Amino acid sequence: MIVQALAFYLFAAVTVAAGFMVIAARNPVHSVLFLILAFFNAAGLFVLLGAEFLAMILVIVYVGAVAVLFLFVVMMLDINFAELREGFLNYLPIGLVIGGILLVELFLVLGAWAIAPEAAKFASTPTPPVEQIANTHAIGQVLYTKYMFAFQVSGLILLVAMIGAIVLTLRVREGVRKQRISVQVSRTREEAVALRKVEPRQGV
Amino acid sequence: MIADIALALPEIFLAVAAMVLLVFGVYAGEKSTRFVATAAIVALAAAIVLVLGRQAATGFGGMFVVDAFGSFAKILILVGTGLAIAMSLGYLRDQGIERFEFPVLLMLSTIGMMIMVSAGDLIALYLGLELQSLAIYVCAAFKRDSTRSTEAGLKYFVLGALSSGMLLYGASLVYGFAGTTSFAGLAQVLQGGGTPIGVLVGLVFIAAGIAFKCSAAPFHMWTPDVYEGAPTPVTSFMAAAPKVAAIALFMRVFLVPFGGMVEEWRQIIVVIAVLSMVLGAFAAIGQSNIKRLMAYSSIGHVGYALIGLAAANQEGVRGVLIYLAIYLAMNVGTFGVILCMRRATGYSEEISDLAGLARTRPGLAAAMAVFMFSLAGVPPLAGFFGKFYVFMAAVNAGLYVLAVIGVVTSVVGAYYYLRIVKLMYFDAPAEPFAANTDRGVGVVTVAAGLFTLFFFVYPAPIVAGAQIAARALLP
Repeated sequence: MIVQALAFYLFAAVTVAAGFMVIAARNPVHSVLFLILAFFNAAGLFVLLGAEFLAMILVIVYVGAVAVLFLFVVMMLDINFAELREGFLNYLPIGLVIGGILLVELFLVLGAWAIAPEAAKFASTPTPPVEQIANTHAIGQVLYTKYMFAFQVSGLILLVAMIGAIVLTLRVREGVRKQRISVQVSRTREEAVALRKVEPRQGV
Repeated sequence: MIADIALALPEIFLAVAAMVLLVFGVYAGEKSTRFVATAAIVALAAAIVLVLGRQAATGFGGMFVVDAFGSFAKILILVGTGLAIAMSLGYLRDQGIERFEFPVLLMLSTIGMMIMVSAGDLIALYLGLELQSLAIYVCAAFKRDSTRSTEAGLKYFVLGALSSGMLLYGASLVYGFAGTTSFAGLAQVLQGGGTPIGVLVGLVFIAAGIAFKCSAAPFHMWTPDVYEGAPTPVTSFMAAAPKVAAIALFMRVFLVPFGGMVEEWRQIIVVIAVLSMVLGAFAAIGQSNIKRLMAYSSIGHVGYALIGLAAANQEGVRGVLIYLAIYLAMNVGTFGVILCMRRATGYSEEISDLAGLARTRPGLAAAMAVFMFSLAGVPPLAGFFGKFYVFMAAVNAGLYVLAVIGVVTSVVGAYYYLRIVKLMYFDAPAEPFAANTDRGVGVVTVAAGLFTLFFFVYPAPIVAGAQIAARALLP
């Protein structure tokens, strides 16, 4: 039990500290690296909660894809971040006020939260008890059966996103050297290799 | 599972067809656009046949509902998309954006709309809406070398994402307080009255999200800019099928799961309808760009359609469905005429360029006059009957004020429609347009014109179909 508590405080403290460093770091690349650290620790918190599926997704999707994408954007776009963050401190007080209000609201909501008594009856998928079935297993049981429709439609949406990205950005440019595997593979020895008789002390 | 797949056969067929055409286009290159577009139209026509063959049932764990209401809306959507694709080819070629992805994206968007009108669950609703919108965002920015087109696409995307966020927030509130996302389950929980306040707040957010998608005031801000900036065939598509889908979705969501809360949501719909009608009538007066004018006109027409929803009975639903069918024809026809506004120098969008059209191109002017009179609601053209059915429903439901406001704003709106007719028939001719060479635009415009002109002769199929559809939604 004490190990769990210690682990929780460790993960939580590092998450908060990393989150702060994301906005405080001067170098934007460092910000992204701190963001990745925050994601990892949040994944640790999910594991402590017994939500190992979410923890995995967080690492795979957010660390593996989103954060790396951010890194690309930060490093490839020529944005002057120092200029962008000018006046950052001027907005700090109002930011703190809004943050404080949100925090108070969160406490109020959590204090007064009540789930409708009928809710359990209509829950579209009754939650299986955590002790009996791991949550990855539980999601796997419904994702391709009960929610197959939603799953497939999500696939179509991703297809549209892919087509859209290509339609809006792909430009056919002239004079670009492309790798053509068929040409590479069908090369014969005759056209690829030339044997020369090199005389000693003559060079080619 | 097999029964579920059979139920969604039209959607699955269209999805497979879109993917096959996509792969075909990738291999055949840009020159295959005309073939891909033709094949897309054939696939949409085949989907209509499949839709007609479905039996009413519920599938995929309640997520997908097939009934006469959905089928009626789906047929309108499929027809609207098919006509939009048929009209697009000439314009795309002239603008140098003839790419095979265009018909494929419109097909995918159509699948999204069909899922929307068949939604039996908040999850399916959101996914359908997102599939439909995402494809249209891309289409709006399709002319990517034009600043206006990319601006339209970006603006639509950002505001659309915001509205999706609102809709999702509302859906999460509804789920949190009612405990289920399925429409049947929600209807059961909410029928007893004593609605939790959270459901009501969620309902308001859902209404805002859907109102944005059908560009009802006060969520219409994006409409004029996007309609003006997007390539004209895309605008003609946006103004037709997606509106039908969004309003049909509006009806299904509000009348099925939230049917027990009519008194609570009726005031929201009444306010949205009145604002849309008033804005559509007054803001259009000062416009000089015909696409902007059509944007405001479409906002006004959404307002009229929502009158039928506010009535919240079978007659109202029937009125809205008839209205949507007629609106689709009038709108497609008007955009057909706009696509004919072409000179050697390029496409024109200014209303003043229509001056004296009756002398230079009498046929085109006559078609435009028919559509303008119909949009204004002058009998015996089709537009009059559309308005007649929704106003009658409102009067029979006791919503007299709403009906009166509707009639008054129609009269105001008639001013700017008839101004175009006056411009075409009584003003000195502007430089004449080039002859229309695109067969697709010609055929669609003439067909839409004949439908609008002679709807009153034989309205029975549409009225009867709408009646059956309304009975399926509200037994």
